[in-house]
Amino acid sequence: MPNITYIETDGTTHNIELPLGATIMEGAIQNDVKGIVAECGGSCMCATCHVYVDESFLDKLPAMEEEEEEMLEGATAEVKANSRLGCQVRITNELDGITVTVPEEQ
Amino acid sequence: MEKVVIIGAGHGGVQAAASLRDEGFQGEIVLISEERELPYQKPPLSKGYLQGKQTEAAILFRSEQYYANNTIQLLLGVKVTAIDAQQQVVVTADGTTIGYSHLILATGAANRQLRFDGQEPANVYYLRTLSDAKWIDQQLQEAQNVVIIGGGFIGLELAALSVEKGKTVTVIEAQSRLMERVLPEVISNVFYETHLEKGVQVHLNAGVTGIDADGIVHLSDGSTLQADLILAGIGVVPETQLAEAAGIACDNGITVNEFQQTNIPNVYAIGDVANHYNPYAGKNLRLESVQNAVDQAKTAVHHILGNPTAYHAVPWFWTYQYHLKLQMAGISIGYDEYVVRGEPDSGKFSIYYYKAGKLIGVDSLNKPADHLNARKLLELDIHPTKTEITDLSVALKTLITV
Repeated sequence: MPNITYIETDGTTHNIELPLGATIMEGAIQNDVKGIVAECGGSCMCATCHVYVDESFLDKLPAMEEEEEEMLEGATAEVKANSRLGCQVRITNELDGITVTVPEEQ
Repeated sequence: MEKVVIIGAGHGGVQAAASLRDEGFQGEIVLISEERELPYQKPPLSKGYLQGKQTEAAILFRSEQYYANNTIQLLLGVKVTAIDAQQQVVVTADGTTIGYSHLILATGAANRQLRFDGQEPANVYYLRTLSDAKWIDQQLQEAQNVVIIGGGFIGLELAALSVEKGKTVTVIEAQSRLMERVLPEVISNVFYETHLEKGVQVHLNAGVTGIDADGIVHLSDGSTLQADLILAGIGVVPETQLAEAAGIACDNGITVNEFQQTNIPNVYAIGDVANHYNPYAGKNLRLESVQNAVDQAKTAVHHILGNPTAYHAVPWFWTYQYHLKLQMAGISIGYDEYVVRGEPDSGKFSIYYYKAGKLIGVDSLNKPADHLNARKLLELDIHPTKTEITDLSVALKTLITV
């Protein structure tokens, strides 16, 4: 199973193996990564699973849909070029080894 | 040692357990659920889960390991039969007693059942739990003619996913338009038109007068429909039996103050079951939503931990039908005026509701950024002028100043 590293705001890291098809948000919530809230449970409704993804993986991520882009505009923390909503990124073999960083606030 | 017992493991109950640990609570936590499954989210049942887009694993709140790691004692398949508020214990169906220093009631609500002459027809099904959803999923494999009673959120979400599975779907709604209780006509109409386009038959102003054992549904105009599967979504009733029997004050739900306290010391109620004064509605009510359950859980936890903060969170809700994503912020019931931002024909617009000149709620259709902004405007008590709302050259984000 692909391996994902989450980095919390205080620097705590979680190295987690996730099944294919799970989302970055689900992996964080189910494994108690702090700082990813996911109020809406993955329906792309709340922008509280905002993460910064490892830039070297940007081209391996699924393209952002308009909806996600628009939700990100409303995110609380600074939106950067590598910002994604964790609920919209599903784990593939290509993402093995990716690191995602949790923003200061959601 | 302090021990918090939580009855109910929906959004509110699970959030309460998680927040207690997140905020450093060192005592025992017991989370009790009547259901056998690991705690899961209910909103996706009528959406992604039944559409086949989300698996059972994907809708779990937390992994099993999470509860163990956080020393949250999870009692699954356990029914609480009584609360002894004097002794501060709860009693379960097998006679076990569990003491508490604080008790959180997160018992939720049950589906309102259809009755004809005092009888509940045996062939009408409701969606509340994962096992309900599994059953409906199975029925949908075989059934062709699906009749749905109730044109509210749940009924229409079920209608949308059933017609997308190729079923012949009929919705029966007693009011003159869909989701009438919570939405203005302009949005009701968009949903109505869309359901018709997708092939759903919608009967408005229609009542059901009886249902035969062979699936014949009798309507108030004398006509009949033949159904292979009959589903109903006609509202819920709060689960207050335990509380009432324990002498906890109830009035359309369990009555709580702004800290989620009931009238009995050390007993709190949160979520769908809690009848509270809501500052955004300006009155007492119950809210059936994820937001309300989660935020009230946090409010109860803060009070238990000696750090009370009165409940004052902007209500928000959503529904998802076909490509229509509707997000609601605030409580718009009682508005005296509204303005539209965007072009309704484009299928992407928001409605801003005003009461006595103040913004009280915003419904956004396929405009998620408007929704997130609206929650901030309402939270910060910022009231844009109607001109600012209708002028698309004004970026609403710029109105938000802390």
